[in-house]
Amino acid sequence: MQIVVKDLNYTYSARTPFERHALKGVNLTIEEGDFLGIIGHTGSGKSTFIMHLNGLYKLQSGEIDVFDIKLVPDKKKKSDLRRLRGTVGMVFQYPEYQLFEDTVAKDVAFGPKNMGLDKDEVDRRVKRAIELVGLDYDEIKDRAPFELSGGQKRRVAIAGIIAMQPKVLILDEPTAGLDPYGKEQILSLITHLKKECSPTVIVISHDVDEITRFANRIVVFNDGKIMFDLPMNELFRHADELHSVGLEIPRAVRIAKMLKDRGIELEGDIVSLDDLLRAIVAAYNKKHIDKTVEENINFNAFDFGVPGACGREEGER
Amino acid sequence: MRDVSFGQYYPTGSVVHRLDPRAKVVFSILFMVTIFFVSSYAGYAVVALFLLTVCFASKIPVKNVIKSVKAILFIMLFTAIINIFFYDSGRVLFEWWKIKITLGGIDFAIKMALRISLLVMGTSMLSFTTTPMELTDAIESLLKPLKYIKVPVHDIALIMSIALRFIPGLMDETDKIMMAQKARGAEIDTGGLVKKVKAMLPVLIPLFVSAIRRADELADALDARCYNATDRRTKMKVLRLTWKDLVAFLFVAVFVALIFLDKYLLVGADKYIVEFFTGLAA
Repeated sequence: MQIVVKDLNYTYSARTPFERHALKGVNLTIEEGDFLGIIGHTGSGKSTFIMHLNGLYKLQSGEIDVFDIKLVPDKKKKSDLRRLRGTVGMVFQYPEYQLFEDTVAKDVAFGPKNMGLDKDEVDRRVKRAIELVGLDYDEIKDRAPFELSGGQKRRVAIAGIIAMQPKVLILDEPTAGLDPYGKEQILSLITHLKKECSPTVIVISHDVDEITRFANRIVVFNDGKIMFDLPMNELFRHADELHSVGLEIPRAVRIAKMLKDRGIELEGDIVSLDDLLRAIVAAYNKKHIDKTVEENINFNAFDFGVPGACGREEGER
Repeated sequence: MRDVSFGQYYPTGSVVHRLDPRAKVVFSILFMVTIFFVSSYAGYAVVALFLLTVCFASKIPVKNVIKSVKAILFIMLFTAIINIFFYDSGRVLFEWWKIKITLGGIDFAIKMALRISLLVMGTSMLSFTTTPMELTDAIESLLKPLKYIKVPVHDIALIMSIALRFIPGLMDETDKIMMAQKARGAEIDTGGLVKKVKAMLPVLIPLFVSAIRRADELADALDARCYNATDRRTKMKVLRLTWKDLVAFLFVAVFVALIFLDKYLLVGADKYIVEFFTGLAA
């Protein structure tokens, strides 16, 4: 099972003075089980691209095949949009703004109900979804979404998508507007959801550091085209090119590069802060190998206090 | 981000676009008044020529200008048909029961249709070449004299410009929320009327919530900057009439003069033209 995108083009407001060519021949294959990170500037086409995966934009030219659901620009052939939307779950930026029902349970039930499931199945899914996002079902199900805290609202909104049990989960800037603690929680939630519910996850983010923490593959959009499509650990080799199009380089890569410039070579592909720590400890140990064994530092004994670097436990505030 | 602008504004950066918006508003009013004084086909030809010149000068495709009539096509056809059937003057061409088609009726119907369509095309030239913001500025400036009878002109203008400023944002928001609910399987544009209205709720509720939130935030932002609408406020872009506006005014004046000349001095140039051609033939 794959998502295959072939030669995708998209133009906004075609044939008017506001015409903008947002996607220029994008080709991409996403494997089942991928944890894909997408980065790029505003206007690089990344949002337009993911909208297509859910059939939210009509295909102008090209071909999309999502787990054997085919999308073509042909108007006569109707694509199975309902099945597609049950397969690909899409969490928009600030998803809490789309809550509308008077109780949390009803809001979460909106998606599965639209899929045409019977009531028992809907209830079962709502309960499981709310529990999956780490909320207490019995406590929260009858509360109004508008009286919840920001972080809770976002969880409820994500639960609304999870309740459709999508095989692919797409999140657009899932941590936007949250404080560091809230960010941490949403990030570990995403990892949790990938394990428990949606094996394929695509995340758009501005924050490269965030993406390096979990994605195994990274796609960089620039000017409507795919600039890089790499396994995460190779990204650092292109640090200069990323910098040249104005994208941020992961912090760990930046530090590794600075150390290298000062003559300290670290081994391995350093992308995340975890990698960096490991490499620095390894380099330290190597340098002091002649000395007594006790002086060697054991990486696992460390907690540098870098958020998430050593897998801090998740919990409610 | 979809179309950032709304309405009909069509940027070409032409000289018409760069005219003082106040002048353009005044010209539009002059045009609207004048078109009701047109009495002959020759007069309509002058109006058409005037519009074509403006169109050419503003670099707006004629196609777009003609398209603006589409919105009132029904009203136009309706009045034309009513006029043809019930306007009674001149030679009778066809008669049945109470319906009488006369030469005068057809003449009147054609003139009426011409009048309505030219009126719409002329006023849409204003919205093609002027941004909504420029329009509010112009209206504020033109309404200034009303200040002396205690009309809060600046407040009205502020309300207008805030309303205008919110429209693209709200459209964007509607779009986003619609997408989000569609992604959750909502079928927004299918089904009967009741079903459609019901399907709009998941869009409308979040939209209202966000509109109220935005309004609240904007009010706070205005308060935080001690905003008040006093006379001492200055503008970043001060409107100034230039020689361009004078040239445009002369052009419009010639147009208006021609129409009035036709109506009051010649009392319709058509008969002279007809005479001229029959004379040629004879």
